[in-house]
Amino acid sequence: MSHQTIELKNVSKTYMRDSLEIPVLSNISLTVPEGEFLALMGPSGSGKTTLLNLIAGIDRPDKKGSNRNPYVNQIIVHGTDLGTLGESALAAWRSRHMGFIFQFYNLLPVLTAYENVELPLLLTKLSRKEKREHVEAALNLVGLADRMQHYPKQLSGGQEQRVAIARAVVSDPTIIVADEPTGDLDKVSAAEIMTLLERLKSEYKKTIVMVTHDPRAAEKAHKVMHLEKGELSS
Amino acid sequence: MRIRKLVFKNMMRHKLRSLLTVLGIAIAVMAFGLLRTVVNAWYAGVDASSVNRLITRHAVSFIFTLPLSYRDQIARVPGVANVTFANWFQGVYIDPDQFFARLAVDADTYLDAYPEFIVEPQHLETFKKERSACIIGEKIAQTYNLKLGDIMPVEGDIYPGSYEFVVRAIYKPREKRTDATQMLFHWKYLDERIRQSQPGREGKVGWYIVTISDPTKAAQVSEAIDDLFANSRAETKSETEAAFQQSFVSMSGAIITAMNFISFVIIGIILLVLGNTMVMTARERMREYAVLKTLGFTRGHIIGLIAGESLLISIIGGAVGLFFTFPTTEAFAAALPSGWFPVFEVAPTTIVLSASSAVLVGVLAALFPIWRATSMKIVDGLRQVG
Ligand SMILES: Nc1ncnc2c1ncn2[C@@H]1O[C@H](COP(=O)(O)OP(=O)(O)OP(=O)(O)O)[C@@H](O)[C@H]1O
Ligand SMILES: [Mg+2]
Repeated sequence: MSHQTIELKNVSKTYMRDSLEIPVLSNISLTVPEGEFLALMGPSGSGKTTLLNLIAGIDRPDKKGSNRNPYVNQIIVHGTDLGTLGESALAAWRSRHMGFIFQFYNLLPVLTAYENVELPLLLTKLSRKEKREHVEAALNLVGLADRMQHYPKQLSGGQEQRVAIARAVVSDPTIIVADEPTGDLDKVSAAEIMTLLERLKSEYKKTIVMVTHDPRAAEKAHKVMHLEKGELSS
Repeated sequence: MRIRKLVFKNMMRHKLRSLLTVLGIAIAVMAFGLLRTVVNAWYAGVDASSVNRLITRHAVSFIFTLPLSYRDQIARVPGVANVTFANWFQGVYIDPDQFFARLAVDADTYLDAYPEFIVEPQHLETFKKERSACIIGEKIAQTYNLKLGDIMPVEGDIYPGSYEFVVRAIYKPREKRTDATQMLFHWKYLDERIRQSQPGREGKVGWYIVTISDPTKAAQVSEAIDDLFANSRAETKSETEAAFQQSFVSMSGAIITAMNFISFVIIGIILLVLGNTMVMTARERMREYAVLKTLGFTRGHIIGLIAGESLLISIIGGAVGLFFTFPTTEAFAAALPSGWFPVFEVAPTTIVLSASSAVLVGVLAALFPIWRATSMKIVDGLRQVG
């Protein structure tokens, strides 16, 4: 359809708290070309996480509404209009196309590093051997092959985040979304994470959308956009 | 790795909590099994009664006796096939804790009314001929290691005096639920002793056992018998043996009803124990479920994770509980005076009930957490701290 990996057309998001409407995003339009590393910045509460969640298909924009424009509230990723997918189709779509990196890593504490990375592969039809190869490759990429039998609480924050990155890339998605991936890390660890993300972009041609407060992190991105009061600007 | 492994690892996350929950379920299942067994043992006594036997006893209470002369009058009532009788002798054998039914019976006819007591014909003949002979149930023979020809000394209490009986026959129960713990001896022997020691008390019968030809006529025949003795000095009350035994046990019947009820309350308690654990578990893991959903795991996976853990705990608890139900009931039976319950064992239905309630509880306890986890929006789950 296009060389644009991600297209948002006039996307709005309003949260309802009790009977109060809280507009978070209003009429956001955004295109992210394939292979781009985009950083989203903006003050706390400006809706960065909300926007990222919409792109990643774990939240949905407002309904099309009374506005007759059919292109309102449309999110198209790799040519698929996410609004047309049901819950389980969307779940399957996420597992195929999206890699997730969170501020607080979100590893399962009962699983080892290896098992955490293997998690997304449980949804695939790969053989045991293929799974092992993928997991080992991903852990090698983040430099933690020697830590694969460790549990998250036996790892440092930076190492946990590297495991999370391995989990995000193990199923070879085309897009990586990262919500403040360095937000909870010291400078050195943060720099390591950013180096990794850069490599994912340049060596593995991933499209990356990253939310960050950290100007140093944003420097590594191709493009930085600012979200403020529900509006997006370069 | 499989989802199953995650279920197992989740269960082992809080080992103490899971262990306590398993223990709680195990103890409850065991208590359930024990209570059901007591209740069943109780009703087995009632079930074992024959439907074509009527018991005719004193209208006021079975502790009052009836004249022997009623026998021929009852025999003439239409529909009556056979009449025999018995007295509750009781007495003390070895010591007062050794409880089993000791009855003075009409030696010639009593066993005709009880075909479920199986006796060797030649032993029965020997018994009938000898005044001081007695017949004992197989279980009594085993418990006291008694053989044919052995002497059983019994101290009378209701009928004072020392008695000695010779074991001349041992009866086998026809069915499992048949009471094999009775001791039967000659009513005539007792009557003679009474004639000597307490003249005037002789010729009395505890109750008549009336065999009727058509069980469906039980009500009419009972009425006809009782009408016969209406307005006499000893009015009678006739009822089927099942009803008689039930009135015999009705004093404790309320307790049995309570036990019956409590046994099912216990199931409710298991549900609360496991439900509490599962709710706590699910609350702690909302964020993890949100992460799994984010990665593309479906509603079915989440249901499998939660129900799997709930069922794993309930089934382990149920199995442990069931396993210990057997030694517990045995210990309980051993602690009871022997002969209290003719049949005391864990019934197959009890096993099935225990096992299926453990499984049912496992499913029910998972419902609320499943509903919470599947209806939760991913973004809300991810937002939760901790
Ligand atoms: N599920 C929700 N229900 C109600 N309000 C919400 C919900 N999620 C977000 N909001 C509100 O939407 C606004 C934007 O939230 P969002 O998390 O997107 O901000 P953010 O830019 O990521 O902030 P931060 O930098 O602190 O992470 C906030 O005012 C927040 O309170
Ligand atoms: Mg945020």
